[in-house]
Amino acid sequence: MKGMTIIVKKTTQLIAGIIFLYGIYIIIHGHLTPGGGFAGGVILAGSFILLILANGSDFLNLVREESGSTLYENLSILVFLLLALTGLLAGAHVFFANWLPHGTPGTLVSAGFLPLYNIFVGIEVAASILTIFLALIIFKEEVLR
Amino acid sequence: MELAISIIVGFMILGAIYAIHAKDILSAVITGGIVGYSLVICFLLLKAPDLAIVQIVVETITLILMVAVVLDSSRTEAYSKLDTQGWVTAGTAVLILLILFWFMKTASAPLDHFGQGSLRMADAYINGAVEKTGSTNLVTGVVFDFRGYDTLGEATVLVTAVLGVLTILRIKGKK
Repeated sequence: MKGMTIIVKKTTQLIAGIIFLYGIYIIIHGHLTPGGGFAGGVILAGSFILLILANGSDFLNLVREESGSTLYENLSILVFLLLALTGLLAGAHVFFANWLPHGTPGTLVSAGFLPLYNIFVGIEVAASILTIFLALIIFKEEVLR
Repeated sequence: MELAISIIVGFMILGAIYAIHAKDILSAVITGGIVGYSLVICFLLLKAPDLAIVQIVVETITLILMVAVVLDSSRTEAYSKLDTQGWVTAGTAVLILLILFWFMKTASAPLDHFGQGSLRMADAYINGAVEKTGSTNLVTGVVFDFRGYDTLGEATVLVTAVLGVLTILRIKGKK
């Protein structure tokens, strides 16, 4: 896949970082404002997809990115499961028990496990969608090369 | 508000009908986006910003993925006229649709009017969720605390889907 003109490349380089920051904001404020892991994760994936579409896949070595995103996706779902499993060891001894102190509602560090769950689900969703997009691009080019 | 939602739903139906009848698959995919983006406005009117954020982002990414798929394959549809078997299939589909619609109407008759009243379970979630979960966003409280099993299932489905995509699309074997 070929890249686009230099105007599109420069514009995406300027705004991709801002989109990435917005995704992180949506994820870590998931327990305070609308949004959360799923929405923020897709926004994170969108910033990467924007860069790939503008710069073209021949400019970047995307095979390494694909193995990295697969690794992150599987690791984050594993961490999510392990965090849920800690509920069996502490507190009320039930799966998905929120045994960390809840803090004052409305502050950034509050609600026990919910921000952690949001962060790991966000990483998982971002890596999953990026992996699907990369798979659509690079596997065809591997054969054509 | 009901009028606005009715107009938007009518618009969605028009878009869906055009997507079925479009000759070019690329235009059909893009017209299918009308359904998704109109749904975003419906969610906003029904006061569900969480769903609206997820829907607008997922719709955009899905559109990009579908366009990538269509550009890799053919853009013309393999169209054939209906023969006898086709008419039988279409008739059966319409009949099953009518039966299912009748069952749904019967089942939903004793329920409250849409948007009014709430179920016993929802009352337990709404009252005192902030004290129980510590999260001021009620949706996150329900999704990750009360219904954590569902979220784990969703995340697992996403991982499984990615594994399936990688397995099917990988043409050349990995060394």
